[in-house]
Amino acid sequence: MINCTINNKPIRVEKNTTIIEACKNYGIYIPSLCNLDKICNFGTCRMCVVEVEKAKTLQAACVTAVQEGMVIKTNTLKVQKMRKVLYELLLSDHKQQCLSCSRNMTCELQALGRTLGIKESRFNNNESHRKSEVSISITRDMDKCILCRRCISLCNEVQGVGILHAQNRGFDTIISAADEFDLSQTDCIYCGQCTTVCPVGALMETDATEVVKQALNNPNIHTVVQVAPAIRVAIGEEFGYPAGTPVTGKLFSALRDLGFNDIFDTNFAADLTVIEEGTEFLGRIKNAILKGQNQLPMVTSCSPGWIKYCEHNFPDHLHHLSSCKSPHMMLGSLVKSYYANKINVDPRSMFVVSVMPCTAKKFEITRDEMSIDDLHNVDAVLTTRELAALIKEAGIDFTRLPESEADNPLGFSSGAADIFGVTGGVMEAALRTAYELITSRELPFDHLHLKQIEGFDPIKEASITITDPLPAFSYLNNQTLRIAVASGAKNAEVLMKQIKEGTSPYHFIEIMGCPGGCINGGGQPRSKDPLTAQKRLEGLFAEDHRKSIRKSHNNTFVNELYEAFLINPNSHVAHEFLHTHYVRRGKFNEFLND
Amino acid sequence: MLAERHQPCNGNLQINQQEVHKIIDLFDCKRSNLIQILHQLQNVYGFLPIEVLMQVSKKMDVPLSEVTGVVSFYSFFSTQPQGRHTIRVCLGTACYVRGGKKIIEKVQELLQVDLGGTTEDQRFTFEIARCIGACGLAPAVMIDNEVYRQVNSNKLKSILAKYE
Ligand code: SF4
Ligand code: SF4
Ligand code: SF4
Ligand code: FES
Ligand code: FES
Repeated sequence: MINCTINNKPIRVEKNTTIIEACKNYGIYIPSLCNLDKICNFGTCRMCVVEVEKAKTLQAACVTAVQEGMVIKTNTLKVQKMRKVLYELLLSDHKQQCLSCSRNMTCELQALGRTLGIKESRFNNNESHRKSEVSISITRDMDKCILCRRCISLCNEVQGVGILHAQNRGFDTIISAADEFDLSQTDCIYCGQCTTVCPVGALMETDATEVVKQALNNPNIHTVVQVAPAIRVAIGEEFGYPAGTPVTGKLFSALRDLGFNDIFDTNFAADLTVIEEGTEFLGRIKNAILKGQNQLPMVTSCSPGWIKYCEHNFPDHLHHLSSCKSPHMMLGSLVKSYYANKINVDPRSMFVVSVMPCTAKKFEITRDEMSIDDLHNVDAVLTTRELAALIKEAGIDFTRLPESEADNPLGFSSGAADIFGVTGGVMEAALRTAYELITSRELPFDHLHLKQIEGFDPIKEASITITDPLPAFSYLNNQTLRIAVASGAKNAEVLMKQIKEGTSPYHFIEIMGCPGGCINGGGQPRSKDPLTAQKRLEGLFAEDHRKSIRKSHNNTFVNELYEAFLINPNSHVAHEFLHTHYVRRGKFNEFLND
Repeated sequence: MLAERHQPCNGNLQINQQEVHKIIDLFDCKRSNLIQILHQLQNVYGFLPIEVLMQVSKKMDVPLSEVTGVVSFYSFFSTQPQGRHTIRVCLGTACYVRGGKKIIEKVQELLQVDLGGTTEDQRFTFEIARCIGACGLAPAVMIDNEVYRQVNSNKLKSILAKYE
């Protein structure tokens, strides 16, 4: 332990604690625009300067470790003055458009100005103009960028994709893809993780609220909305609820008040995915054991950011991906076929909106493979943040809404569907069903006991040995199925490399593109609390336990759908509407440039 | 106006991959040697086309954006083909005050080239310098390693004529 003095108070901290961490533990606020706990430590903004006795200059609290006997002052006149000057310098190169900026009232730069008591801005009219871009998923307004480099940390250290870096220098510095190419000219996976940490309005999701409002206000259009599992435990945060509070009932009421004609639940399609993917998996296992075919391990395909990553980096191994569309695409596809027919509405006059925790889904819906007869399966994707904005704009008091349910037939779901939103959830849901199909017994434990793989904390594995299967699955007797679960592109890469090198010991791998899964997706409410993801996870598991039906194959509406339309899992019809294929892409962009 | 940047490529330019790899291996393929590697490559190719940078990124497993970040940070790297000669017009304080800007305009007029660009006949690459130590006799111009002092429009024409 180390002793120091902060603002005249004696304080003890662990070795290697930075001043900013020490202050946080003792309730002393230090302004910061670039530092992110354990993630971003570039120390670029200098807002965190403090006075350290005997040091010649002010020190940046986020990159200076506390030393024995240090005397630190965080709030002297000198410190205050310096912070103000630094702030004014930031403003001098900032496109100040607060009133029409989508980060108005949620912007960290704006909030800091108020905290610092900024009353003047002396060095105006020096703005640099940098290239901006509206890509399919991400909008970059680089005139608002304060060069904090948080996005670089997320894209490189956390996601391992490496799209963003500082280019040029001095006033010409811009945070962008290689050589200032647009994101759409690169292998960006549109995960949106960069948008969750940007303190200002420089990185945002590309807006879909306008097209959705147009559709809602057009009486000739039949609007259908669906919400992903991870929305219900996160959107509450935008209305003042603690992180992880399930607000499912209010969410459905809000969507009804917004004027959607049908309110469905992506959870329904998650149940469907379990059955389609589980069946596909059993088929692949059978072919492997009986015919020696090599399509194992099978890798899940619910996460479009992950899919794009795989297409760019492992174009020769796409046959390992499950052919299942992601759940919301399945639902969209069913709405415009099975459901349109059922309610006798022309699918061409339908508009399907998916509310997703994800920015990559905005890209996914534009893929050629995601339309049938030139008709997109899904017409627009709203992020959690965008839906919250729509609800606020419509003047709906979310907290006072009554609880309600989603509409049938595509709104009912089992508990297995809820946990699709967390890493490991798809695997657990699939095993609940597959195990029972194989043995006609329930999975002999409540939760998968996933063990961390040594050396790779974020990757987990488990195994399950099949004994006494039904006669149809006798070839599985005493077989041990090995599974692995990873989230975040960087961790997925480790498992894919094993496949590439032929050393993968697994049969089934679940991958989600964002660290922690959809609960931590790029379209979720921004949060600086490192515990937020954990709380959302607990919220989803609580939803799962609350449900009377917890296994996908017991969802009666899903079973009805098979009887009335799809016939059998992986049937010809199922393939036409629920399955897809993938595209080989190049390492650096769409072109295959190897 | 700055010269146009090149477009993203789909592998049209032929680069000898083995040659690039050999240079990278000379420096143990180490990330900490990235700057030296780029230097060496520039010596070989005369400039650093994106196709070469892509090879570097792939072989060294460093994101392309990081490689181009390094290249665009240091002014001694160039991603454009260079002319046979480099003309640098000084815009340091002394030269600026004594009409360096006029010289710039004159070079643009005589050579028909944008700042940072290279003439069509590959004769000159045109850049700016920030003080080349000839302040006493400003404005100064540097061509390759030769410094010309007290340059004016008339002198400029005859100076340029010396270079093929
Ligand atoms: S980024 Fe923040 S400070 Fe800048 S215009 Fe938007 S709200 Fe205002
Ligand atoms: S969307 Fe993801 S891959 Fe693309 S720049 Fe942002 S963090 Fe990087
Ligand atoms: S885009 Fe946002 S996160 Fe990235 S450096 Fe600029 S201000 Fe920071
Ligand atoms: S928070 Fe310390 S430099 Fe930005
Ligand atoms: S300013 Fe031009 S030589 Fe010094």
